[in-house]
This record gives sequence, structure tokens and C-alpha cells, in this order.
Amino acid sequence: MSIAAADQTQHDPSSKGIGVETLGVTKRFGSLVALDDVSIKVRPGSFHALLGENGAGKSTLVKCIMGVYRPTNGQIMVDGREAVIPNPRAAHALGLGMVYQHFTLVPSLTAAENLVISRANVPGIVNWSREHADLEAFLETTPFKVPLDIPVNGLSAGEKQKLEILKQLYLNQRFLILDEPTSVLTPDEADEILGLLKGLTDSGELTILMITHKFREVTGYADDVTVLRGGQMVGSGAVADLSVEDMSHMMIGDTKLREAAARAETSVPALVVELSGLNADDDEGLPALSDINLKVHAGEVVGIAGVSGNGQSELVEVLSGQRDRSAGQIKVYGANYEPVREKMDRFKVFGLSEEPLHNVAVPSMTVAENIAFRSFDKSPIASLWGWLHPAKMRSQARGLITAYRVKTPSTEEQIENLSGGNVQRAVLARELSGDVDILIVANPCFGLDFASVAEIRAQIMEQRNQGAAVLLIAEDLDEILELADTVAVMLEGEIAYTSPIGDTDRRAIGHAMAGAH
Amino acid sequence: MDDGSLATVLLAMFAGAIRVSTPFLFVSLGECLTEKSGRINLGLEGTLVFGAMSGYALSFHTGSPWIGVLGAGVVGVLFGAIHGYLCKLPKVNDIAIGIALMLFGTGAAFFFGKAYIQPQAARLPSISFGGWSDDSAVQQALEINPLFIIGFFLAVAMWWAFKNTRWGLIVRTTGDSTAAAVALGINVDRVRLIATSVGGFFAGVGGSFLSLSYPGSWSEGLSSGQGLMAVALVIFARWNPLACFEAAILFGAAGALGPALQSVGISQGYHFFNAAPYIMTLGILIVAVSPKRSLKGAPAELSITK
Ligand SMILES: Nc1ncnc2c1ncn2[C@@H]1O[C@H](COP(=O)(O)OP(=O)(O)O)[C@@H](O)[C@H]1O
Repeated sequence: MSIAAADQTQHDPSSKGIGVETLGVTKRFGSLVALDDVSIKVRPGSFHALLGENGAGKSTLVKCIMGVYRPTNGQIMVDGREAVIPNPRAAHALGLGMVYQHFTLVPSLTAAENLVISRANVPGIVNWSREHADLEAFLETTPFKVPLDIPVNGLSAGEKQKLEILKQLYLNQRFLILDEPTSVLTPDEADEILGLLKGLTDSGELTILMITHKFREVTGYADDVTVLRGGQMVGSGAVADLSVEDMSHMMIGDTKLREAAARAETSVPALVVELSGLNADDDEGLPALSDINLKVHAGEVVGIAGVSGNGQSELVEVLSGQRDRSAGQIKVYGANYEPVREKMDRFKVFGLSEEPLHNVAVPSMTVAENIAFRSFDKSPIASLWGWLHPAKMRSQARGLITAYRVKTPSTEEQIENLSGGNVQRAVLARELSGDVDILIVANPCFGLDFASVAEIRAQIMEQRNQGAAVLLIAEDLDEILELADTVAVMLEGEIAYTSPIGDTDRRAIGHAMAGAH
Repeated sequence: MDDGSLATVLLAMFAGAIRVSTPFLFVSLGECLTEKSGRINLGLEGTLVFGAMSGYALSFHTGSPWIGVLGAGVVGVLFGAIHGYLCKLPKVNDIAIGIALMLFGTGAAFFFGKAYIQPQAARLPSISFGGWSDDSAVQQALEINPLFIIGFFLAVAMWWAFKNTRWGLIVRTTGDSTAAAVALGINVDRVRLIATSVGGFFAGVGGSFLSLSYPGSWSEGLSSGQGLMAVALVIFARWNPLACFEAAILFGAAGALGPALQSVGISQGYHFFNAAPYIMTLGILIVAVSPKRSLKGAPAELSITK
């Protein structure tokens, strides 16, 4: 019956990792060459890192391997034989599996239901007592432990990531592609999961190809590394033979990155922003922020670290007026502050956010209009009677576009047609061109290329040096370590830890993020 | 009010609740299934009315009310399939299609139903559970219509199937995450087409109850928005078929309040009590929906919760 057939595709601990090779793979999207003659070799049972900037072609390459895209040219070899992979199902049948960056679990189903539904052959009527016994037995054969009976939306990010990996093992996939698997994890969770995976590759049970841009993970766990840049393979070899400098040079080539702006000493700190006893509820009506107390001084960057989903987005929403607070006060220079347009203007409050196209820009409006969002209702753009002067709006935009090096065909281009880095630069131009007293920043560099990242961080540091009070909310610990003067960690809606940057380090912050003291 | 008339009111409300709840039950189960797959079908009101008309007509022509019930279900499948098919076209909004189908269904039912307002069709028999009692009022209250019983078992079966069958898991997956469903190789559009069609079947059957059991004749004012209220009911029931059953009874009891009071001679505020289900719908929506919270238990792919 179907159950017997299903069992054949299920976990078998005795099988071995699969080797995969690409030979001269080229992929074009119209006139854009996303991959140009890329050959990489992933040995069976190895832990292989795929490094590269955003836009280097990493996703395109693994999607060619997984059958999501058909390469325009070139071959894919699986275990030494040429393989034709027209669709993901064919890839699965060859034992190739992928864990995507965004979870593909079904949130309201339990872990057990997620595993069973992922099978090629789900029985018409599920015999849960039997399935449970099978699942328990399967879990015994793997190092990963996940509670089976609660809905996935109740699991932590680390547990979800483990479940994604478990799902691939359950389906007996022996070549696993991981797309930035640690981006939502605490450093401890990341180390745990990568360590367990490393164990599986060392015993030869599994082959791993991991997309990443964290050198720490490459040097800590990978056996081999391949670097892509601009769609080309620019380097490959054993991690042991390469230094971090070699790899980072391969990744960015000769592009000059903007120097990290130096941290200027700021004199007598004046208290600018004070949050006291801030509480707010999340979309479910459950408390998301409880008693947030925080002070930001002039010329200080307060960096809020934490795994996403611990109340950071709610905090940003409260501060920017998108969410009501249930209790507490926001004070600016000692006076009560409400996040409405008029007060933002008066107190010179500005903000940057992640994915600006979704959050702080109107995609179908022009670059000039988007740049004018903060100033369109003031002179010189607006006249006394509320009429706008489009010509003045455009000339203002032209000036800012040059000053902030926004690459756009014209001021009249729809902003959605710009690359991510340029959208963020346009927003930067809008928010930072005037006098900034208070800057609220959330994951400003998410998904951007190195050059843009360096630029944006330097701009933030410059604002700090000029005396702005900066609140930086970031999931990327490196960003916090680079920019913050004071570190705070959010955990389950509370500020769980604060420390001046000089008195703390990655380990201590990581532990606080995971809730260990 | 003395004890006797209180008992009468309660008995009348019990019987009324069962009668009035039956169409609510079927439409809400249909809506529940549709929404679990990630679509909203507001057209079920039209399906209900058209089902009532066609069920009555079939019963009249064939002499068998059960053929009427089945025929109403088949018509419901057609309506559901039209909805399911149109919604899978690109850039089509399921709410707008639903409203169009609601108007189309009621309009078509009025058009074809003109001829059936006068004639008497065979009605569904009911099953007597009151044989043990000598009291004729009790006996009458325990004349239960068979569709109610079928509806009860249907609710239990759906609740069980959502957890324990491949189809149940597939429907829940589709309603919760299109991306995950596609990654699993599920044909999302087809699942929604089938779920909407089966949901339409239930709504059609619910309609046939209106014309073949209670009130038991075809007229243009037959449905009083049950198909639309079922949408609120499903929200109230948090997309759980068993809770749909309970909620339907509650709505039924609210609807039976006016007539029950009238049966003991309290006709003051009759129209007010008749409006009880509508007031309840409003109340539920106000309580259930808040700009600050997302709906708990809602399938994540629903266009109203996204
Ligand atoms: N489906 C697509 N259509 C057109 N261009 C694409 C598509 N997918 C990726 N690209 C382009 O191909 C290039 C490589 O992208 P990608 O593989 O996503 O890079 P990475 O994963 O390294 O960030 C980028 O310039 C991107 O814009």
C-alpha cells in the first residue's frame, strides 16, 4: 500500500552524502547574465561554503541545482553522473534538498504534521499513533530534537530551523543546500546547529552546501569554500588554505569600500530620548513590550540587539507611531512626545528602516516624490495655498541624488525600479539631509551589497558624531558591534541586558540574546 | 411569566434553534471548508437561495424531496466551481467575485423560481424522537429534521478529517501558506477549487432545507441573509467545524427567540427579537475584529486577514 511505498523515501541512516558538481553553468535572465560559466565541485560528505555578495548569483546557482531554474548552458553532475533536473521534484528524487532562507513550514500545523505532509506519499487516512512511533524512532537517529506536537508558530526560530533540516533528513535527502541558515538565530543556536551538521558531514552521512556571508561560519565549520562575484566563480579551495582577507578580497574584488567613519569623542552627554515603562501589545493582543526603559543621549548610538521577534519590530512601530502603546511614556528633551508628523518635525526625528521599498517608500511614486515626503508640505516645495511646485521638488531631489550618490536614470523614475542599495540611499537622502537630532534606525543594511552597507553605516556614524541621538535596532550583531556606544539586548519584550560597548563582547551579548545570564 | 409558559418558551426555543440553525450549520461548514483552503466565498448567500429554489423545483417535479436536496447540492457545486475557477485567474479578488455570485444566485433564483411560488412540493419528513413522552408539546419539539442530524455528523467528520486525513492536511496547508504548499508540490488552485465546490455543495443543501423543511415553501424572501451571517459565524467559531456547530445552534436560538416568545403571547418587541441574529452578528464582528490584533486561528492566506 501507499505506506510501504512512502517508507522507501524515508530516512535511512546508513546512506551516504552525495557529491554534486556544476560544469560551466551559465544562466541568463533576458540580457542579464546572472551566472557566467560557473564550475564548482562539492565533494561527497563535505561541508562546502558558497560565499558572495548580494547579487553575486548564489541563489541562482543553487536554484539551478534544485531544478527551480534550467541553466542556459552547462551541466550538473550528481554523484559523478550527468543529471537532468527539470523541476524541484526531480532534484528531491536524486536526494538533493534545500532549506530556504524563509521558513517553508506550515505555521498552524504541528511539527509532526509538517513532517508527514512533506512526504511524497501521504496516506489517505493518517494513523497518528503509528506515525508518532515512526517519528520518534527517526528522531532517535538524528542529533536534532524538536517538540512534535505543538504548532510550528509556537516554536523558536532555532527549533524551526532544526525542523527544516529534520524535514530534509526525514525525506532522506543526502545533499543539503542551506541558504543563510543562521540569519535568524542567536550565535549560540547557530553554533549548535552548524556543529551538529558538521558532525553529520564528518561521518559522511550528508553533504552540505551553505550559502553565507559570515566568515566566522566559513572558518569555523566549512571544509571547502567557493566564492562568486558578479556571476563568476572567482575562487575556490580548502578553507584551511585561505585567510579571511583572501576570501573577502575575492568577494568584493577591487571595489573601494567607504572607510568606516571614526567614532569621534562626544563631550558632555545630554539626555535626548527617554523611554520609561513602555508597554505595547502585539497583533494577537498579547504583550509584546513590557516596561521598556531606555535612555539615548546626544552623540550616542544605543544598539538594540536580539533575535528577531523579541519585540524589536513592535518597539520601532511604537516609536514611529504605527502601533499604540498600552502604557509608558516617550520623552524627548524631558517633554512628552507623541510620534505624529508635527512633533517629528519639531523635534527633528528621522528614521531608516529595513526593506525601505516596503516600509518607508511608495514603490510606484517617483524618486523625487519619495525624496520629498518629509518636505513636500513646506516651503519651498509647497506654496501658501497648498499648491506644490514640482519643479522645485525635482531640483531639490537632483541635489540630493548627487550628494548621496543614488544611481537612478532620472528624478522621475519610479523608485521601485532602483536596486535595493539605491532605494536605501534615496531614503537616506530624505532623512539625513537636514538637521537630525534623533535618528531611529532598524536593520538599515538588510539585504544590501557591501558598498551600500559601508556607506550607510558611515552615514549613521557621521550623524552620531554631529550630535544626533541614535537608536539602532539590528539583528546583525556585527552592525551593533561596529556602531553602538551602548548595547541593549531585547528578549521577550524586555530589555534583558545593557552595557557600554567597551565592557562587553560578542559572547556576552550572544548569551543575553539567548536568555542565558 | 409562570413556570408553564417558561417551559413552553424553552421548548419552543429548543425546537426553533434546531430548525433555524440547520441552514446556518450547512452554510457555515461550507464557508469553513472554503476559508480553510484560503479563500472567502461570499457567494454562498446566492448559492443558498438558488439551492432553495432548485431543491424545491426538483422535489416538485420528481416528488422526492431527497432528490431535491441532492440537486440543490449539485447546483451548489456548480456555483462553487465558478467561484473557484474565476478566483484562480490572475488579479481577481475573491470578495468581489463572491458578491457578484451572490447577486447572480439570488437574481437567477428569483427569475427561475417565479413558477414555483404557488405549487406545493413534497417536503422532507422529520424523525420523531419524542415517542417516550405523553406531552404533545414535547413530542412536537422532538420532531427533528434529518438534515440537522446529517449536519451534526458532517461537522464531526470535518473536524476529524482536518486532523487525520491527507486531504485535511492539504487543505490546511493550502490555507495557511501558499508558499509552503507550492514547495510541497500541492496544486494550490486545484485544492481551492475543490474546497470551494464542496463548500458550495453544503451551502446548496442548506438552501434546500429552507424550502423543503422550514419554513418549507419557496418564496423570494426565504433567506434572510443566513449565507452572509455564516461568514461572521465562521469567524466566531475560529474556523473549527465543531465550534461552527455550536455557533450555528446559538444563532438558531437567537433566531428562534422572537417566535418562541410570541407562542406564549409576548408579542411586544417581536421585531426586535427577530433581529437578534443580526445584532449578534454585529456584536461578534465588533468583538472579534480589532485594528490592533490579528484574528487568532485564521488561515493566514485569507484575503481579509493578510
Ligand atoms: N528571476 C530572476 N529574473 C531576473 N533576474 C534575476 C532573477 N533572479 C535573480 N536575478 C538577478 O541575478 C543576479 C544574481 O542574483 P542572485 O542569484 O539572487 O544573487 P545572490 O543570491 O548571490 O544574492 C542579480 O542581479 C539578480 O537581480
